[in-house]
Amino acid sequence: MIYREAGQFKTSYEADEAIFPVRQDRVFVIGLLVVAFFVIPVIGNDYWLRSVLTPFLIFSLAALGLNILTGYAGQISLGTAGFMAVGAFAAYKLSTGIPELNIIIVFILSGIIAALVGIAFGLPSLRIKGFYLAVTTLAAHFFIEWTLTHFGWFTNYSTSGVISAPEMVLFGYTIESAESRYLLALSIVVVMTLLAKNLIRSELGRAWMAIRDMDVAAEVIGIPMLKTKLLAFAISSFYCGVAGALWAFIYIGTVEPQAFDINRAFEVLFMVIIGGLGSIYGSFMGAAFIVLLPILITNIAFAFGANLPAEVLTNAQLIIFGSLIIFFLIVEPYGLARLWQVAKEKLRLWPFPH
Amino acid sequence: MKLMKIAASAVAITAFAGIATAAEQYVPVTAYWTGPYAPGGSGIAGGWVDYMKLINKRGGVNGVMLKWEKCDTQYKPDLMIECYEKMKGKGAPMIHPFGTGLTYAVFERAWKDKIPVVTLGYGRTDATDGRVFPYLFPALTNYWSQSTTKIKFIGQQVGGMDKLKGMKIANVHHDSAYGKETTPVLEAQAKKYGFEYRNFPVAHPGLDQKAIWLQIARQYKPDWVILRGWGVMNPTALKEAARVGFPRNKVVGVWWSGAEEDVVPAGRAAKGYYAAGFHGSGTDYPAVQDILKEIYGAGEGELPKERVGSIYYNRGLVWGAFTVEAIRKAMERTNNQPVKGEDVQWALEHLEVTPAMIKKLGLTGLMPPMKLSCADHEGGGRAKFMQWDGSKWNVVSDWIDSDQEIVRPMVEASAAKYAKEKGLKVRDCK
Repeated sequence: MIYREAGQFKTSYEADEAIFPVRQDRVFVIGLLVVAFFVIPVIGNDYWLRSVLTPFLIFSLAALGLNILTGYAGQISLGTAGFMAVGAFAAYKLSTGIPELNIIIVFILSGIIAALVGIAFGLPSLRIKGFYLAVTTLAAHFFIEWTLTHFGWFTNYSTSGVISAPEMVLFGYTIESAESRYLLALSIVVVMTLLAKNLIRSELGRAWMAIRDMDVAAEVIGIPMLKTKLLAFAISSFYCGVAGALWAFIYIGTVEPQAFDINRAFEVLFMVIIGGLGSIYGSFMGAAFIVLLPILITNIAFAFGANLPAEVLTNAQLIIFGSLIIFFLIVEPYGLARLWQVAKEKLRLWPFPH
Repeated sequence: MKLMKIAASAVAITAFAGIATAAEQYVPVTAYWTGPYAPGGSGIAGGWVDYMKLINKRGGVNGVMLKWEKCDTQYKPDLMIECYEKMKGKGAPMIHPFGTGLTYAVFERAWKDKIPVVTLGYGRTDATDGRVFPYLFPALTNYWSQSTTKIKFIGQQVGGMDKLKGMKIANVHHDSAYGKETTPVLEAQAKKYGFEYRNFPVAHPGLDQKAIWLQIARQYKPDWVILRGWGVMNPTALKEAARVGFPRNKVVGVWWSGAEEDVVPAGRAAKGYYAAGFHGSGTDYPAVQDILKEIYGAGEGELPKERVGSIYYNRGLVWGAFTVEAIRKAMERTNNQPVKGEDVQWALEHLEVTPAMIKKLGLTGLMPPMKLSCADHEGGGRAKFMQWDGSKWNVVSDWIDSDQEIVRPMVEASAAKYAKEKGLKVRDCK
């Protein structure tokens, strides 16, 4: 009853090509954006904005990047953390080398640098497929990590190799408070999500999906492998690079290679798998699951007045978290995005089951 | 409406009364009980919390009871930030980030929130210059000071600093921020004393060191080896040294390489190995005996009883004692009421822990005396050296003073560089 598109007619091509053809979806997304932009910064405190929502947004962006490559183009990658590190260090070098550069331009340029690195490491994908490709991207990860730790130039010859990100100034306003950091991350994520959504619906997006579903057939119908695959790597790395730069500048405030270790790559991969391969909002759901759930478990334990020792709590959290991952993958192997779709279909029929 | 108002004021009154009567001092305990570094994390946190329990049993700090909250960082900067944001609003008087990378992640925001960041035996070395870093305290001793004590110790072993000339020293270090921190100070000392040194970086986690030790023992043939390891890298290094026949009594570890956890897994290979420490080991101290009796006797201990007196546990006691003494000093400003970050910042810059005070605490020989000031946020800079005899650590040296002639100018230069980068005003400490 609530979710039913009956009576909504498409009378023009524009209406047919709209991102959200169903009115309810449109209302929902706009409402969500209004809440995210205007309500949350007002009601959220420092803790929520800075250490929960900001990392959630940044992880969503990284998951989106990986989803483009793995979910849409079908190329398995473990290099996410490496590409994030490239973005973070590129942003650091750019903003310290040219301090007058606008921070948004810094983020875009660091994304482009990450994209170039992504293209270089995407080349093997033309010959290697599946798990073997995962191994080459793993090599890319270690190569990047090693390079960043061993050449002082990347860290401006800091002795410890840990450097603090410079201050961010945007239109004369210093991005410092939790609210401004959150809003900057949110704006970037929203714009890039919109771009991704349109990209997926474009010719390129369809070419990616064709390659994912069967690359030989895709080649036969005239999709250029070299260009399409490398573009997938480039665009995916661009997203990861920007996410890495945001991580270093907006969230942690320091740039160090250890922050982008192999666990980070797996974390993002889990987000994509749990959220739903080949789904934009799945990336967000996956990020929410991985980032928010552990915090939720801790807070629920506190809410019930459980005065558990920290060591028991973190171990319990890991156990619950792990079991939930297994549970979800058994119940819904296509991810949370699929659950959401099923829910929408149920809503359409509700309250009549047939 | 009226009812609401009454209810609200009633809540306010009880809340106020709650604060006024209970007089509790909140202490955040951030450490790691899970993850790859949990053995060190749980040991130090255990000693620290046990010490606070002992203080509470004795009536708290000037009558104010300590109330602590634990937060598990898993040695990850992002989780550290979550813990920090969660705890800062609850009246945190100071933060121990417990990790060099974690320190870098929080110190700037803590500075803005006016909460001192205390890093005992780790952290950012150049923060010793308090004129540039008012809210960061690498107290007791920093990595560069430690490095100079180590070279002095080697000098003592060979019979004088002039004997170092022409010697070869290998620096086997963890390839990370922590591991690389001492490179510049070693270089400066090599110049001063005329020895030669070479770096041998070991990739994380350090399980594969065969090639490195072969190169050390067969090709480079150093007179001494400095082991700057962390976690599983340490026993592996000792085992490899034994395999290639490099004498272990020519290997000197740093204080993150010198706990029971670092030598026991290496078995006999660890016998004779030296390591630095900035505090004593064992249980032969009045305060430790009291903890065993009053806390563990009542079954309230944090850890299994066997771990009491281990290196990490005792380090935790030093952290606890330092925290408590800083709070006690800060209470001079608040008339024995719970303290805030700014009070503790003042207290830390005026903190002096004298041998008489340490005796009163029952920690003589375990805790080093120290004196911090506005310009000097280290305040100690001494180390003791221990040797592993196959079953326990024996202290084999007196307190060795660091060489501030080398360290201080380097600290000031590095801090000045930071101040310039950030456009900071340098405080005048006169």
